[in-house]
Amino acid sequence: MKYVDEFRNPTLIKAAVQEIHQLVEPDRIYRIMEVCGGHTHAIYRFGLKGLLPKNIDLVHGPGCPVCVLPMGRVDDGLTIAEENNAIFTAFGDMMRVPGSKGSPLEYKAQGMDVRMVYSPLDALRIAEQHPGREVFFFAIGFETTAPSTALTLMRAKARNIRNFSVFCNHVTIIPPMRAILDSPDMRLDAFIGPGHVSTIIGCRPYEFITKNYGLPVVVSGFEPLDLLQSIIMILRQLNEGRAEVENQYKRVVPWDGNIPALRAMAEVFELRPYFEWRGMGFISQSALKLSDAYADWDAEIKFGVPGIQVTDPKAAQCGEVLKGVLKPHQCKLFGKECTPEHPVGALMVSAEGACAAEYQYAQRIEEIGFLE
Amino acid sequence: MEAISKSQLRFQDSQIEMAHGAGGKAARRLVEGLIAPLLSNPLLDRLEDAAILSLGMESVAFTADSFVVRPIQFPGGSIGKLAVNGTANDLAVAGAKPVALVLTMILEAGTPTSVVQKELEAIAAAAQEVGVQIVGGDTKVVEHGKAEEMYLTTAGIGKVHPGAQLGIHRVKAGDKILLSGPIGDHGITILLARGELALEAELRSDTRAVWPYVRVLLDVIGEAVHWMRDPTRGGVASVLNELARDTGLGILIEESSIPLRAEVRGACEILGLDPLHIANEGQFIAIVDPQYASEALALLHELPGGKEAAIIGEVQEAPARTVLGRNPYGGMRAIDMLVGDPLPRIC
Repeated sequence: MKYVDEFRNPTLIKAAVQEIHQLVEPDRIYRIMEVCGGHTHAIYRFGLKGLLPKNIDLVHGPGCPVCVLPMGRVDDGLTIAEENNAIFTAFGDMMRVPGSKGSPLEYKAQGMDVRMVYSPLDALRIAEQHPGREVFFFAIGFETTAPSTALTLMRAKARNIRNFSVFCNHVTIIPPMRAILDSPDMRLDAFIGPGHVSTIIGCRPYEFITKNYGLPVVVSGFEPLDLLQSIIMILRQLNEGRAEVENQYKRVVPWDGNIPALRAMAEVFELRPYFEWRGMGFISQSALKLSDAYADWDAEIKFGVPGIQVTDPKAAQCGEVLKGVLKPHQCKLFGKECTPEHPVGALMVSAEGACAAEYQYAQRIEEIGFLE
Repeated sequence: MEAISKSQLRFQDSQIEMAHGAGGKAARRLVEGLIAPLLSNPLLDRLEDAAILSLGMESVAFTADSFVVRPIQFPGGSIGKLAVNGTANDLAVAGAKPVALVLTMILEAGTPTSVVQKELEAIAAAAQEVGVQIVGGDTKVVEHGKAEEMYLTTAGIGKVHPGAQLGIHRVKAGDKILLSGPIGDHGITILLARGELALEAELRSDTRAVWPYVRVLLDVIGEAVHWMRDPTRGGVASVLNELARDTGLGILIEESSIPLRAEVRGACEILGLDPLHIANEGQFIAIVDPQYASEALALLHELPGGKEAAIIGEVQEAPARTVLGRNPYGGMRAIDMLVGDPLPRIC
């Protein structure tokens, strides 16, 4: 399969692993955060941790959209849909995310019209097919998915489809990275920069990290060879005392990003003054809402938001895991009260969540060097 | 049988959800935590795909399967063909030649006669191919909207092959894991046939009777076949996890040895699915004595439709109750059972 097999070539992978082993200085610990949940998933899925030297510590970052969503927002979305007898649409990732009174799937089992879509355009199509019903799209995601929500809203407006609305939970990647860098717990040496987000925003937004904090950032693809090459690029920078933004994922990520997508976002969204992140608290200018021109399609305005506040279960340590302070298995609930089937925290739900990835691919294999 | 109090039942889920029908963890919980304890008896408690009954001198396999697939027709088959092959295959992997089926149809009022006729023709054709007769059945009709066109149930009996010595207790460390052909064709075909995704591929359901393949293995290497299962809902991963859990042994899969069509692999990559979790309707897994594994593979390779059979891994002492996958560059991962239900009503 093109663009896949080349990047899973065993000979090249073995060579890259060998090079990494040669590049690491034995008495130094390298703490590298992969910001993006897609990277976390790939690292576990392809068993990369077990191939790396023990002193490379991959720290899982906050780049998992459903993981950072506060439970109250899930409740808000489900409540609005239920009260207005709306068709609730969302990406598959959202379906098992627990609200305080159940996940979208549990609401569905009790009769709510809940539909999984692969694109917000599918949700809009459902609205066109059911003109007598409200169709509600629960939008989540970083800059990766925000443009498709924006284009969908532009189409809804152009076609004047009035029974469609968006509950916007789009967030942006730079503010939480800044929050982690400014956190007193900060012990990182470098970042593996997010791949999909960077296809939209490009590489420039990370320059403050190299300039102000002196840490290397390498924007990476998602295949095993991508990630290993990114680690090589980071090790070279660290060994040579450099701190630069480098782009390993050049086949997809343009340095300046995707200008038409950014324009669409600018047309449809504006920054919220602040937004609550699960486990990280309120972060200013870290999320998007619909601009005034799209108020008619904004579920928060159309229906009003209950503004439900739910405190996370005390024992769950999602915040510490999200910031990379704790490894998933170090959380007291991991694999006990909290499993992918009965998740307490959202990190256990999404395939991109660090806890779900560790549980699914590595929970019982301490023997082969996954868990330090 | 003593009455079982509610507190003794391990099934704690408050309601039935789609995942309970998906063949993964939730389905297992429902069967083991609610159904099996309330209906418990020695034959049921083995939780095999078919029960083996001794009737006089004969050993007979007995099983049933229901079909709620949506849409009812899809490339490579239809609900009628699945209903015959599915039950016949549950008998086959119990080491029994399918002999007779009974058929129950639940029809939705308003379903065109032509649709019902077409499925009956598909059932007749599949039955002839497998070599079973439909010897009875029942028909019920529910109001329009209370079912979707039709749901089918088939129950079947089979005659146990004299060479069959199958049982999970016979699986031991060192045994090889034989897979009869490429995985995921059925599940991905159904997913694409729904037309909800902007994806197209030249793919057909793999629904077929596996008895011709099983029979050859039992004819030639007989008791060297230790255990068999057909990896339907929940896929190969669920079968192997159940095997690991119930034997207390470990399983190591070489991921590059798993037969997989490019179309299935591509769809799984795009949709973020693991082919090992995708349903099959015409494959089986056989756990084979290592001394006979290459002979078993050669036997399947000689049969039409058997060329893609492969040995995908082996049973190990440790790590206990765990299925591991090793990729060609040495990376290891655990392969867990399916959680949730990415593809409801697949069969």
